[in-house]
Amino acid sequence: MIHARGLSRTFRKKRGKQTTEVVAVAGVDLDVEAGEIVGFLGPNGAGKTTTMRMLTTLLAPTAGTATVAGCDLLTDPVGVRRRIGYVSQAGSTAPENRAGEELVSHARLYGVSTAEATERGKQLFAELDLDGLWERQPKAMSGGQRRRLDIAMGLVHVPGLVFLDEPTTGLDPQARANLWQHIEGLRSERGTTVFLTTHYLDEADALCDRVLVIDKGTIVASGTPDELKSSVGGDLLTLTSPRAAEIAGRVAGLPGAEAPTVDGDRVSCRVPAGGAALVTLLRDLDAAGIEVDGVESRRPSLDDVFLTVTGRSLRDGEQQPAAETEGAQA
Amino acid sequence: MSTLVRDTGTIFRRAMRTSLRNPAWLVISLMQPVLYIVLFGPLLEPIAGQLGGANAYQVFVPGILVQLGLFGTAFVGFSLIAEYRAGVIESQRVSPAPRAALLLGRVLRDVLVLAVQGVVLVLVAVPFGLDASVGGVALTIALVAVLGGSLAAVSYALALTLKSEDAFAPLLNVVLFPVLLLSGILLPMTLAPGWLQAVSDVVPFKHIVDGARALFAGDFGAPDVGWGLLFTVVLAALGAWYGTSQFRKESG
Repeated sequence: MIHARGLSRTFRKKRGKQTTEVVAVAGVDLDVEAGEIVGFLGPNGAGKTTTMRMLTTLLAPTAGTATVAGCDLLTDPVGVRRRIGYVSQAGSTAPENRAGEELVSHARLYGVSTAEATERGKQLFAELDLDGLWERQPKAMSGGQRRRLDIAMGLVHVPGLVFLDEPTTGLDPQARANLWQHIEGLRSERGTTVFLTTHYLDEADALCDRVLVIDKGTIVASGTPDELKSSVGGDLLTLTSPRAAEIAGRVAGLPGAEAPTVDGDRVSCRVPAGGAALVTLLRDLDAAGIEVDGVESRRPSLDDVFLTVTGRSLRDGEQQPAAETEGAQA
Repeated sequence: MSTLVRDTGTIFRRAMRTSLRNPAWLVISLMQPVLYIVLFGPLLEPIAGQLGGANAYQVFVPGILVQLGLFGTAFVGFSLIAEYRAGVIESQRVSPAPRAALLLGRVLRDVLVLAVQGVVLVLVAVPFGLDASVGGVALTIALVAVLGGSLAAVSYALALTLKSEDAFAPLLNVVLFPVLLLSGILLPMTLAPGWLQAVSDVVPFKHIVDGARALFAGDFGAPDVGWGLLFTVVLAALGAWYGTSQFRKESG
């Protein structure tokens, strides 16, 4: 569905007489097969939206080539436009217009007849839990409803490939979970290929068959969420005990363990197959008479993946709770 | 049916619907010409002789028509900035619709609104004593509609480049205010001293206003009619080209 090679975008910024070049996307290669849900994961400013705007013909690449939905991005942008749907972060409808009318006039731009567009639109409204909102003004809708209306706008011409730019940003948890179901439904019920950007790890984890991690304009990792997580080097064991230092010594002896970190009475360490390792460890500690106050084994998250690949937390730059930095300091 | 025509029609109908759904806009745009005639026209009646025409409204109404064409349409870019912010422009730009259709559909709405306003203006002026050539009036309204269309296109293009009301509003004021004063819209430039007339000769809108006045007087052969038509056609071509190029341009 998408095959991109060396896709790049450099912005020129003029400040007085000086022109500085800002590289937003530096040579992205990516392949998305039909029927996949692929997530593009990265912090704000990593190049997610720029890449998506290039793939949707909104922004011309400064270098590279791509085939999107079977059409060449550079020589046949109209062909690409005809075959894709794009749901941007900004929305797609005028707040004062009626939802249904906006949907129908959007479909007309794809050559769908008014009657056909009305029928498809009503069906989409039913599928996306927008029943009874055909005459509603978007400004009178909830955030979640508006987002689903945007998705309906992106689907009314039945594209085989849909781009969703941060589909759940700004939604409350309930609306997010609900939208995830609908996005999953795009593939399972309509066979639509979905390419979405997100900076939520749980979103990529819950929705995507494959995740591409982008940082500073380059793809730094890709794979299924499980593959990426197993690349981190195991589960994170955390033990709390007054004799943390002694425990650290024993943890380091576990097969495949990374160097443990000690922070006060807490020891943390990455160990492959953490559950099994923990059983052995606790038995040993018990035999040695070392008491343990608390134990935790945590499967690696995509945040850990991001941290491993880039050396930075995905949440850097957003608000950073104090607890996040503790491990790094120790 | 070509996609350009079909998509222009779709964008036009959508734009028209958006406008008609806003009652305040509807009232204001129809009241404006009426207020000019009712509140400003009577001021000119006593000085009709000095204005060079036998009938004050024959001089005044063409000026107000051109002013409607200039000011009514120069501000349409504001609505585009709002649409841009709501994501409408982006979502239309990812559709296969020709870029020219995205512009022309909107411009067509503005042209229609302007023509209706022009007709209202002329009809309201008749009971106040407007006496003018019917053919001349019709031709003037057509001329003003085309002029307004080209300005609307430029306004949309600028709005799409600036994308901010804060930048757009001062620019409009800087450009439009001198144009208003130098075009002889409110009073004919023949009243002006020589140096001011010389400056105003450079402003194309002045010739369009003078052309419209000649048309109202039934003087179809006046040189200003030819100049006015020529300037209007050139402005329309420039507006269409500039507007479409901005809609085609990638927005970074």
